[in-house]
Amino acid sequence: MGAVVGTLTMQTKQRRLSRDKADDDLEMTTVCHRPEGLDQLEAQTSFSKRELQVLYRGFKNECPSGIVNEDTFKQIYSKFFPHGDASAYAHYLFNAFDTGQTGSIMFEDFVNALSILLRGSVVEKLQWTFNLYDINRDGYISKEEMTDIVRAIYDMMGKYTYPVLKHDAPKQHVDAFFQKMDKNRDGVVTLDEFIFSCQEDENIMRSLQLFENVI
Amino acid sequence: MAAGVATWLPFARAAAVGWLPLAKKTMPKPPVDNSSRSDEILYVNVSGVRFQTWKNTLDRYPDTLLGSSEKEFFYNEDTQEYFFDRDHEMFRHILNFYRTGKLHYPRHECIQAFDEELAFYGIVPEIIGDCCMEEYRDRKKENQERLAEDTEANESTDAPLPPHSTHRERLWRAFENPHTSTMALVFYYVTGFFIAVSVIANVVETVPCRPPKGKVGDLPCGEKYHLAFFCMDTACVLIFTFEYLMRLFAAPSRCKFMRSVMSVIDVVAIMPYYIGLVMPENEDVSGAFVTLRVFRVFRIFKFSRHSQGLRILGYTLKSCASELGFLLFSLTMAIIIFATVMFYAEKGTKSSTFTSIPASFWYTIVTMTTLGYGDMVPSTIAGKIFGSICSLSGVLVIALPVPVIVSNFSRIYHQNQRADKMRAQQKVRLARIRMAKKGTTNAFLQYKEDHTLGDRDSGSTALCVKNRSAFEHQHHHLLHCLEKTTNHEFTDEMTYSELCMTESVGFRTSRSTSLSSQQGAQNNSTGCCPRRARRRAAMRLANSTVSVSRGSVQELDTLHFKTTAIPPQTRSSLNAQPDDLKLNCGEQDFSAAIISIPTPPANTPDESLPPSPAPLAGILRNTRATAYTHDTVKISSL
Repeated sequence: MGAVVGTLTMQTKQRRLSRDKADDDLEMTTVCHRPEGLDQLEAQTSFSKRELQVLYRGFKNECPSGIVNEDTFKQIYSKFFPHGDASAYAHYLFNAFDTGQTGSIMFEDFVNALSILLRGSVVEKLQWTFNLYDINRDGYISKEEMTDIVRAIYDMMGKYTYPVLKHDAPKQHVDAFFQKMDKNRDGVVTLDEFIFSCQEDENIMRSLQLFENVI
Repeated sequence: MAAGVATWLPFARAAAVGWLPLAKKTMPKPPVDNSSRSDEILYVNVSGVRFQTWKNTLDRYPDTLLGSSEKEFFYNEDTQEYFFDRDHEMFRHILNFYRTGKLHYPRHECIQAFDEELAFYGIVPEIIGDCCMEEYRDRKKENQERLAEDTEANESTDAPLPPHSTHRERLWRAFENPHTSTMALVFYYVTGFFIAVSVIANVVETVPCRPPKGKVGDLPCGEKYHLAFFCMDTACVLIFTFEYLMRLFAAPSRCKFMRSVMSVIDVVAIMPYYIGLVMPENEDVSGAFVTLRVFRVFRIFKFSRHSQGLRILGYTLKSCASELGFLLFSLTMAIIIFATVMFYAEKGTKSSTFTSIPASFWYTIVTMTTLGYGDMVPSTIAGKIFGSICSLSGVLVIALPVPVIVSNFSRIYHQNQRADKMRAQQKVRLARIRMAKKGTTNAFLQYKEDHTLGDRDSGSTALCVKNRSAFEHQHHHLLHCLEKTTNHEFTDEMTYSELCMTESVGFRTSRSTSLSSQQGAQNNSTGCCPRRARRRAAMRLANSTVSVSRGSVQELDTLHFKTTAIPPQTRSSLNAQPDDLKLNCGEQDFSAAIISIPTPPANTPDESLPPSPAPLAGILRNTRATAYTHDTVKISSL
């Protein structure tokens, strides 16, 4: 075969033979996803055609294959927070975006979530936030879940903060949060308690409008 | 599929007339073609270069970007064309694929760039035509190998130690990578020195020395200075034993360590000594004992820990095992053949040195490697003929696998060079990353300053604001929101280290903020940062950023209020005061902070402070328990 000829030539084909198994990996077709048509997306979300085009161009630039897996998402998100470690929070965000729990975000998921966050009603936004906090999707935010989220947020601050980050700062933060949100003091926050408490707080209501001019 | 030859479909359908007379059943109805027959030209603008093609061409491959509805996302209504912000040279190849059905790989392009373009346009690389497939595969594999080697090199032991590592881990690091600490480096050189000493002693002890008085013949130095050599040997072996035991203790996986080559060499280097100690000095076993002394020369292999080149050589030989095996095999074949031939050719002659075939092996080897000692020489003509053929073929057989080994060595050597170069570059890269990070921090702090200043003086904001892009604005706003969420601020490394230093001193000051722009959040805080550190950070900030005209304001010191409860661990005598401050600092008015560095401190506090922070000033002046002098404690802002 070619192997016999190869050994007598100067090529290092012998080594290649053992590596042909790696070829099979190359043969695997790259997973590619194409989003639904522009018209359908325009109907589903509250974005205009132009906005969708802009969003898609940016999306496709980062992920030419059309889907974002968790590692890519973490990388992208960490670029905005160079000071600290954004990977924990990015993990929770990824799960919130990935509504179908498929392990990857497609453009439709991306755009649907953005549509809620930027153009949705107050209740929808709060619902999305509740889903973000409710890590195990059981309908209740427990103290442990909240502590995880808050710790992830504090991790993004990094080491060099003023004042110096104390070790129990997340815990205090969570306690203050539960103080405010947990109306019936049962140790968990339900969706209704959450929405109700947020609507009571003027600051939160006002800041929900903050990011609307993102696009 | 047939889609590639779609243009021939009308012909194939028309030629079906030939079946009609033979048909057994009636023909099915033709498909109703609702789509407009007329083909249209599409305009594709790739970074300014306008390509035009028929719509049908692109529709040939509906599972790619250009063939599917995905391209509508890139449609520009105003110019009626599809705009792609990509490389137009690569796009040529992509478009040729649609036209000809064959994808070619441009050899001068970088393989990764090409792959990215393919991924963008949704084309799988497997359809590259046969003409270019080989080249593509080779380049891709080479690239992947290089990436794998680079990541391996990155994960090497040069990374800084995790902060909580045990002594054992630290010891192992010191052994594996002597450049990490001075102790390790010292140990490294000491062991190297002793290896050299041991090897030299082994060599010198066989040199004949002048015999002592009374003896006639020459005596090897080893026997003359028996005691001296024994002491030196003992010292070396002690050090080697100690080193081996330390490595064994520190190794993360002892079994794996004991099986590694270097550990085997270490053991072989020191065992002869111990065996010699144990064995009695009788004549029967001294033969074996002498053999054991040979193993002492293995100590020279211990140098491979110290020498990169030796390691490369060893690795090359290991990776060329198949080529070396082939060399050996072919040589053996040739030796047997020629030895047999020579033996039978020389069999007749008297006093022939070719007594048997195995005896002829020696002649064949010496001839094939062109050594030619001349201790065995053929005398018959046939023998001489075959002898010359033997030497000629020897040259060929040996020369063949050598280039393979050489190319392997060269590849490994260059890879090593690259690893060293990358390590040096890594330091530069890290420094650059650190500077970039500092730059973003400074830019962010500057943004915050401007933001706060902007609420007072819209004129100056306009000047400094236009220096930054919308993206930067939004990014900084995002970071600012994060700060507000956690109620901590970003600072740079230097301020942080000073904070840590002074925190232990327990010096606290309180700070006020001028962030009225936020949603009315007014906080009181007691930070642990001395004014001096904050001022210094602000100074650095002012020096490093573009300062637009600010008139007499030399610096803006931003201080903060915090509404959170005062942490219980109060360290200084300011415990009673925070309540006062909470009340006092409720008002929002403040004048621009003016820190004039050269002016004496006595003036500024009294003049620029409104009455409310006056107790603050007093407090700060009183807390001079530390080494800070009155000069440095300047209450300069509000």
